[in-house]
Amino acid sequence: MDTANALTPGLDNPVYDSIKVFRAVADAMAHPGVIRHVQARPPAPAQLMPAAAAICLSLLDFETPLWLQHGQPAVGDYLKFHCGCPLAPQPRAAAFALITDTVSMPGPSVFNTGDPEYPDRSATLLVQVASLSNASGVRLGGPGLREPVYLDVAGIPAAYWRELQANHASFPCGVDVVFVWGERIAALPRTTVVTC
Amino acid sequence: MNENSRAGGYNFAYLDEHTKRMIRRAILKAIAIPGYQVPFGSREMPLPYGWGTGGIQVTAAVIGPADVLKVIDQGSDDTTNAVNIRRFFVRTTGVRVTGRASDATIIQTRHRIPETPLREGQIIVYQVPIPEMLRWLEPREAETRKMHALSEYGAMHVKLYEDIARYGHIATTYDYPVIVNEHYLMRPSPIPKFDNPKLHMNPALQLFGAGREKRIYAVPPYTAVRSLDFEDHPFEIQRWQHACELCGAADSFLDEVIIDNEGARMFVCSDSDYCTQRRDAHRRAVA
Repeated sequence: MDTANALTPGLDNPVYDSIKVFRAVADAMAHPGVIRHVQARPPAPAQLMPAAAAICLSLLDFETPLWLQHGQPAVGDYLKFHCGCPLAPQPRAAAFALITDTVSMPGPSVFNTGDPEYPDRSATLLVQVASLSNASGVRLGGPGLREPVYLDVAGIPAAYWRELQANHASFPCGVDVVFVWGERIAALPRTTVVTC
Repeated sequence: MNENSRAGGYNFAYLDEHTKRMIRRAILKAIAIPGYQVPFGSREMPLPYGWGTGGIQVTAAVIGPADVLKVIDQGSDDTTNAVNIRRFFVRTTGVRVTGRASDATIIQTRHRIPETPLREGQIIVYQVPIPEMLRWLEPREAETRKMHALSEYGAMHVKLYEDIARYGHIATTYDYPVIVNEHYLMRPSPIPKFDNPKLHMNPALQLFGAGREKRIYAVPPYTAVRSLDFEDHPFEIQRWQHACELCGAADSFLDEVIIDNEGARMFVCSDSDYCTQRRDAHRRAVA
């Protein structure tokens, strides 16, 4: 079957869906660790969770190289077609990264963490995980949170949380992480203080 | 949303989708780096620079059909800039508009923060003329970037000290410098320093847009915002001998209005929504 026939549609209504998706992501970034719901279910390839697909379709375009952890051709073709985004050959070259396996994923410092004078030129990582919960887990604090929030992310190695602490310590440089579980997301901008 | 009230021929909220995506990505980085000015590809808007083109672009990128918009200019819903911008968004989005700060989901403002405390989930968008606090002290962009990267703000303290040496107190009354999250020096846009304490730990998401200067910055909810000062000259807000002569409020920012040819004047709330609601409440209590 050739690619053109295998491609599935993108967002139902790009204008109204992408504003909903963006507001959910902005809300998640503004309230680190707090789990939010992304209201869009594009018929994306199975390797893309619905929220990850919706975020990519809403925020990526020709200006944002995307790095795929496993280089999944179905995902790459889907997003190249709908977003026109180039695929980054190395993590360092990516503006967005899609991570699908938390056990073998590279640490945040492997990605572009920006420049002290241009910390905005840094990567945003979409990390697909097996579950998210605010009932227990690591303790989060910092801007966006009036009181600490607990976040449990299934399958995140302890070493990764330490790397995220180092990511926080390198402020203003650093990457920003969005954990994705199905239609739910929780964000961890670089300002968030992680206590294990 | 009322589809019928929307002008045809334009995309929702005027901007094209690529521009919105670019602005949205800039906003996400701005939220992640509180107080840092993110450069963005500011577009030509159907309003001249200085009329809030930055704020309009930010609002256009964040507004959705379910939002309720309030637009104020110096605290008032009924001044030229506010009326124009509100009409622009009614025509290009069809969203509901309101004068009440508590009913709005998005508030675009020129130079005031409403007296009514904002709540979680609201977004306030500031129109910013000059985003760089250090610009008049150091004209070179390369230098100010380095100063921000190193959080090196001695020059700003010297400027405030010069005020004290000259006038005996810090004479800066608006656009008063603040430090966000203990790192970035930020220009709060020309709000009176009376409003500075409202920036601190505000439950709403605060977004700042500068169209001509092509910068977007943000203060996430519950973020520390400290006004610069000295131990022996602590930061103070303006105080008045008067209360508002319309609603009697003693805790709001007052405008001095000249009311006749003899130079008689009265003090009234700058926030017209706050004043109206207080007067309505008083009338209801009397009746």
